Amino acid sequence: MGVPLDGSSPVDYIALTRERYDAMGYPPYQWVELSESPPWTPLSRPLADSTIALIGSGGAYREGQTAFHWKDDTGVRLIPSADPATDIRVTHFAYDLEPAREDPNIVFPVDRLRELVDEGVLGGLASTALGCMGGIYSVRRATEELAPAIVAEVTAMDVDLALLVPV
Amino acid sequence: MGLVARALEAAGVPTLCLTSAYSITASVNPPRAAFSDLPLGHTVGRPHEPEFQRDLLRRALRAAEAMDEPGTIALTGVSWDANGSWKRRATPTGVESETAESESESGSRSDTRNERVDVPQYQYESDRLAAESDA
Repeated sequence: MGVPLDGSSPVDYIALTRERYDAMGYPPYQWVELSESPPWTPLSRPLADSTIALIGSGGAYREGQTAFHWKDDTGVRLIPSADPATDIRVTHFAYDLEPAREDPNIVFPVDRLRELVDEGVLGGLASTALGCMGGIYSVRRATEELAPAIVAEVTAMDVDLALLVPV
Repeated sequence: MGLVARALEAAGVPTLCLTSAYSITASVNPPRAAFSDLPLGHTVGRPHEPEFQRDLLRRALRAAEAMDEPGTIALTGVSWDANGSWKRRATPTGVESETAESESESGSRSDTRNERVDVPQYQYESDRLAAESDA
């Protein structure tokens, strides 16, 4: 392996992916690189008074909903955040699903966020959480389909912070 | 998720991205991010360890509250274990089993992702039935 690892530094998945693609004879994967400073909205109140929206891109859907397919699915699933994580299912083509199926909170932490509200760390949890599937290879479709759909849902919720949980 | 975070923030919603893939997050440069040193597929921690997961979330949220610089990636200080030995088996899709490691050292390399099919991929057959009866 050409990727140096000493156990304390983060795994460089960009380098690892490049190495894998090379080894399989694939052309290099094009990662999105955005160097310009990101847009910024300041937090308007302390977390203890803030309502938070959960958005997970690990492919979470609720039992009874249509599952994601694995080819640039830009759909969004609206999941009642009061439902326990045991009602959550996950599907995604690009990571080992076994641990998340054992405990969906590791990619879609609804139970934990409800507990943090009970603890007083957070003011509240939006009644709807959003599940999507992050493995979209088309930047155009992620930008033109997925992002606007999520923005429309979240801006309609009147929340103070969106927590994004990718995989 | 960096693209979604940027779109939300431009629409007036503050965001925090959790991440366990530092290089990918640095590349897409979201407004606020919090890195935990965990294997892919475990962004919020270990299965069935609620206090581990809550601790990670508390640290990430508190870090976000203190950020005033767009593009900040805070370190939560949460890691999988003390020595990070899992990283030797890290792949772009997760972590290989110990057996797979010895196989890959012998030179074989395969695509560990699933085929990207365009029909819904249910976790359970009962999910399919439930979804189809609702439709």
